[in-house]
Amino acid sequence: MRRSEDARLLTGRALFVDDVRLDGMLHVAFLRSQHAHARLTSVDASAARGRPGVVAVYTAADLGDYWRPGPLLVPPPPIAGLVFNPCTQVPLAKDKVRHVGEAVAMVVAESRYLAEDALDDIVVEAEPLPAVVDLEAALAPGTPRVHEHLPSNLAAHAVQRKGDYARAKARAHAIIKRRFRYDRGASAAIENRAVAAHWDQRAEELTVWDTTQAPIPIRNGLAQLLGLLESQVRVVAPYVGGGFGPKIMMFYPEEVLVPWAAMRLGRPVKWTEDRQENFFATTQERGQIHDAELAVAKDGTVLGVKDVFLHDTGAYDPYGLTVPINSQCTLLGPYDIPSYESEFTAVFTNKTIVTPVRGAGRQHGVFVIERLLDFAARELGIDRAEIRRRNLLRPDQFPFNNDILFQDSAPLTYDSGDYEPALDAALKAIDYGRFVREEQPRLRAAGRHVGIGVVCYVEGTGIGPYEGARVTVEPSGRVRLATGVGTQGQGHFTVFAQIVAEVLGVDAGEVHVVTGDTREFHWGTGTFASRGAVVAGSACHAAAVAVRAKVLDLASRELEAAAADLVLDGGRVHVRGDPGGGLALGALALKANPLRGAVRPGTEPGLEATAYFGPDRGSTANGVHAMVVEVDPETAQVEIKRYVVVHDCGRVINPMIVEGQIHGGVAHGIGNAFYEQLVYDEEGQLLNASFMDYLLPTATDVPNVETTHRETPSPLNPVGAKGVGEAGAIPTGALFAQAVEDALADTGVEIREIPLSPNRLFELMQEAR
Amino acid sequence: MDPHANVEVTVNGVRHRRAVEPRLLLSDFLRHELGLTGTHVGCEHGVCGACTVLLDGDAVRSCLMFAVQADGHDVTTVEGLSDGSGETLHPLQAAFREAHGLQCGFCTPGVLMTLVPFLREHPDPDERQIREALSGNLCRCTGYQNIVAAVRLACGAPSSPRA
Repeated sequence: MRRSEDARLLTGRALFVDDVRLDGMLHVAFLRSQHAHARLTSVDASAARGRPGVVAVYTAADLGDYWRPGPLLVPPPPIAGLVFNPCTQVPLAKDKVRHVGEAVAMVVAESRYLAEDALDDIVVEAEPLPAVVDLEAALAPGTPRVHEHLPSNLAAHAVQRKGDYARAKARAHAIIKRRFRYDRGASAAIENRAVAAHWDQRAEELTVWDTTQAPIPIRNGLAQLLGLLESQVRVVAPYVGGGFGPKIMMFYPEEVLVPWAAMRLGRPVKWTEDRQENFFATTQERGQIHDAELAVAKDGTVLGVKDVFLHDTGAYDPYGLTVPINSQCTLLGPYDIPSYESEFTAVFTNKTIVTPVRGAGRQHGVFVIERLLDFAARELGIDRAEIRRRNLLRPDQFPFNNDILFQDSAPLTYDSGDYEPALDAALKAIDYGRFVREEQPRLRAAGRHVGIGVVCYVEGTGIGPYEGARVTVEPSGRVRLATGVGTQGQGHFTVFAQIVAEVLGVDAGEVHVVTGDTREFHWGTGTFASRGAVVAGSACHAAAVAVRAKVLDLASRELEAAAADLVLDGGRVHVRGDPGGGLALGALALKANPLRGAVRPGTEPGLEATAYFGPDRGSTANGVHAMVVEVDPETAQVEIKRYVVVHDCGRVINPMIVEGQIHGGVAHGIGNAFYEQLVYDEEGQLLNASFMDYLLPTATDVPNVETTHRETPSPLNPVGAKGVGEAGAIPTGALFAQAVEDALADTGVEIREIPLSPNRLFELMQEAR
Repeated sequence: MDPHANVEVTVNGVRHRRAVEPRLLLSDFLRHELGLTGTHVGCEHGVCGACTVLLDGDAVRSCLMFAVQADGHDVTTVEGLSDGSGETLHPLQAAFREAHGLQCGFCTPGVLMTLVPFLREHPDPDERQIREALSGNLCRCTGYQNIVAAVRLACGAPSSPRA
């Protein structure tokens, strides 16, 4: 079915934040640090303030009591022995700058052009300090400290264990041990961030348009910061041009400062990030270094895994431990791994803050386990697909408790799954057996370097705490649905409408959906962790079910029939067997809200209900990706010949949207594997902060993805859905490494790092010689 | 001396006359002077293609032009593709909706404006030609697959070459 949001988007009528235009609107530009690490000795904005067209310039000193570090967005789970040093970002740097691009001063002017002109007038005196860049060096004695009140650059340390790894190791036939590096890049949504704010002095109401994935927490936080009632603040996340994680960092300095300036100046104020700022000021994901080992029996049965890793959290850690805990948990994959010992250390560096980007650390874990299995298979002489099959969890093992804590503080328990058929489906789709037995030997004999890869993964999705929805049948017969999560292109308008339409027996086109506007709905958290369809979708379902009960209750009285004999269909309710009779829902809605007469005690007016859904824990989606590649050993160029995805996200509400999510995820994963890397020099300068130098995959780089759906419903929600938003991006790096290594088997190259690039791959081939 | 320069430009069939700063980008002129916010800005250095518009029928990046350079020319933006009410879609727009050729929709106006002249010159393109034509437009949501399918659909070809 078509998406209801598309006509507006296709004709240029959809409202994005930078499209907001208000009378008297002022524009903002930020002066950002050129240094990765420096002591600020003075920031002199007097010349900038005198420039024509400049209305105000603010430095940290001008913020007074409003200057305070941001909140800790995600407190860490209660892991025994956990060390966690929260250091959250500040609105404008004071005393010290901790990464290139950290905001130092804010200029408000009559136009963006004038605001940017004035940045040149601000004189900053700074005393550069050595930058902390390298992950391993960050903890070395004598290294400068990013946060001087801490004894070192240690941001966190956590150990999680299940079973007895030492015993597993003693029993193992082989120990496969390697060091892995997995680096990720920018989210690179094509829309940069933006914030616009308007303080209506008569209504005493603040309206903020924000490219956020979490408008409700932004509203609640702003009310608290600005001393307003929550009801005085309306936050609208209108159409948002891609999120992928970093649009949920509360609070970015700009989100704190733009509304404040609008209130202070009594004029609407807008800031829109430019692409270069996005590379420095929007959060990223980045590197981890894993020292991992796999204890394996002779038949390929995994006895245990030990992994010790370093995680780069950047200059501040407001998002807690979500990313490294996702890495830690997702490493276990779809496999029955009886013992696991995982220890990580997160370190502060003088780089942009790290928060989740599509996949959110899961990639790193998948890469480690999948590569270990590949090396084990080679050492034991077992086929790569076969070693995976031997270790997959069986259907009768669900729910399966992994005995460690997930990012939502709940035990890492897989709700449901049927993994082996997914592997079989992928092998069949890519014709694995024939490729390995016939095609690859034939092509290799002809001098061609072709390889195949098969990797499995799970994705923890749809975590709590909760979302809500309100469903209203209007007298016109149209249904209004309001929910708190914002949308960044996932098709929420359409999917939520489908869920409600099915319950109420109306056409999905009759369901008008509002998301991401706190005036319409103000309870909820946001769009993250592939949870929209699962959690908000379930809330929409619950609200629709409650409205359906009201419809049946009223209609049974009006039609003098038992509720059990009534049918909701085509926007009407009728007695079974009498489709021509009955009442339109709109007519019932009118009757439910009469202008005169008595209303029965204990009833509510109208056909409206609000409901909430909060899962105890997340639901676990899974999948298998397979790929055939050809590598040119002269140029190290990789051509993807085929790309197959078999995935299981529980009940599929809208196959078209699910496939679209997978296509985009795979493209993002391919970027991560072969094109995208944020390159920092030893002074903490990002060397490739433009789309000229930081390469996103284009239409000629991304293959057609052949998708197969499998549906193992989740028992944790009434819809049976699991999330799918991040799935495509999660196994791609591991798959790329396996397939490319297979193609280059004659070179002996071993790939233990992502991202690759033609250059890096060429170097690895040289080293292997 | 008045730092403003006069610019007279026809946009979507309507003639506009404005005095603007010579440094004003065409993209900003369209969006902020004329209120045609369907043209989006993604990188301001000519890579992402989101700001693509037609200048005398050819695709150009409006972030790489000054408004004054459009003086005397004819510009078409995404708002000019359909009938204005948005009720009747251009066949290419309709194909994008059918084939799920957009997700967040931010890059979409630029993609459409790139494809309009391309399809004029290549009414029956093969997949390779379509991908080449799209290679100057960055999309982070779709993986391009359904954009290609939408173009094929608009040309009357089966929307999916495989799977």
